[in-house]
Amino acid sequence: MDWLVDWIASLQIPYLTEPEARFLSHLIFASIIAVAAPGMLIILTWLERKIIGRIQNRIGPNRAGPFGLFQAIADMIKMFTKEDITPANADRVVYNIAPGLAVISSILVFAVIPFVPGFIGADLSVGILYVVAVGGFGTLAILMAGWSSNNKYALLGAFRVVAMLLTYEIPMVMALIIVTMVAGSMSMAQIVEAQSSMWYIFTMPLVFLIFFLAGVAETGRSPFDLIEAESEIIAGFHTEYSGIKFGMFMIGEYVHMLALAFLSAVLFLGGWQIPFIDITQFPGLVSAILGFLSISLKTFLFVFIMMWFRGTLPRFRIDHLQNIGWKFLVPLSLVLLVAVAFVVRLFAPGSSSAVPVVPGALSALGAPGEAVALLAANLLVLAGTVSFVSRMARRSKNRQLRAVAAVEPVPAK
Amino acid sequence: MLQEFEFVGVLSAITLTIPIVTLLIAWALRPKKPNPAKQTTYESGMETIGDAWVQFKAQYYIYAIIYVVFDVEAIFLFPFAVALRQLPLYALVWAVVFIVLLVDGLLYGWRKGALRWN
Repeated sequence: MDWLVDWIASLQIPYLTEPEARFLSHLIFASIIAVAAPGMLIILTWLERKIIGRIQNRIGPNRAGPFGLFQAIADMIKMFTKEDITPANADRVVYNIAPGLAVISSILVFAVIPFVPGFIGADLSVGILYVVAVGGFGTLAILMAGWSSNNKYALLGAFRVVAMLLTYEIPMVMALIIVTMVAGSMSMAQIVEAQSSMWYIFTMPLVFLIFFLAGVAETGRSPFDLIEAESEIIAGFHTEYSGIKFGMFMIGEYVHMLALAFLSAVLFLGGWQIPFIDITQFPGLVSAILGFLSISLKTFLFVFIMMWFRGTLPRFRIDHLQNIGWKFLVPLSLVLLVAVAFVVRLFAPGSSSAVPVVPGALSALGAPGEAVALLAANLLVLAGTVSFVSRMARRSKNRQLRAVAAVEPVPAK
Repeated sequence: MLQEFEFVGVLSAITLTIPIVTLLIAWALRPKKPNPAKQTTYESGMETIGDAWVQFKAQYYIYAIIYVVFDVEAIFLFPFAVALRQLPLYALVWAVVFIVLLVDGLLYGWRKGALRWN
């Protein structure tokens, strides 16, 4: 954010030292993020209701304002003016902290997202670790809410959340490790730079699928929304919450979803980049606008996909969810990790710096060769998985058929 | 580097005020008419029996143990992933041995039935 520091310096405020100017720039940028991210809730809820309405052959909200745009604002006013009920048996302190923590954890992810070159809050060298760490807080908030409500349904919802976190965190982290290996850095800005020739979604489609599935599971949205399955456990962890505290869980969920969409765009769709056009060649403001348009478009593509999921897919049962996670995604991501590690090492360019590095065996082929090899590795693993799983499915089906035949004698014709 | 973390600190401080301000506004706007019937635990209209704070069979106790193993593994793999291009092939082979040992643990748990949800 050097541009912001320069701008503050150009104002020539008397007695303002350089560290103070930087602090001021951080304050301004952080305020923008902290207000804009929850503000997106208004657009996102409207969008979701419209899209799901169209999927279900309805029109969706269309009374309040043009195209029903003010519906979300009306909902907001309603939530603010509703009575807030704290159950007499609840643990009051934890009960009141939980919704706040849900909001905070989802906004904090935006600190490391590179919107446009120069528009990144904190380009941490451990950006990916930061994302994983902060993402875990959201789950903690839900666990706190479920436990402190002293309600059996809320408790069941909270337990389900922990089960899902345990399962889906591992494939997600493995996918992030793979991205780190290929990009050679954990800094989000450098990961975007590393995709200037080829976006990772094209070289590593399988890794993207694992990341996106695990991410959707972590936001607790459909089809992984069994933490608030209405038909079984009323409203899950937020059964007892009313008024604005319920609204804060809504904010947490939608901002988390937006953060996941931004992360997917940054890690796999090249962030602010536009294919075949180098936006850094334009003057400052134009390149910033182009880059922001690009990343917003990609982000809303992922947001739309998540809403599409919600409109079309039924909910998973919890044992199915565990099986998909542990018996499918975890082994698959580990195999991919090893395959990609070998590809990256084979194509690594050597260097003759202070510590000499031996170049990989295929380093002569360069970056295009590496991209092709990564894609080949992904497709090979995919083909192997599909054939293995289908063979296993056939075997288990045969076993079931035999078991049925052993119990029930075949009726004589 | 510390300058970058300054931003994280500033953002944390600002996001901390957001829920507080929201709760304060709502506190000023909303009606406050508590009564004992409202404050009972919601259980579809039934009177709830006992606390929810009971000993609960956490079915994923063994999942949790395996999870901890893999999460610690991930922390070891991150530095390896960043440095991969500068490492000799020998290091990569040992990383693979490390991963295989963990997969072995997962397979053992799988065969033992630890991954069966009941």
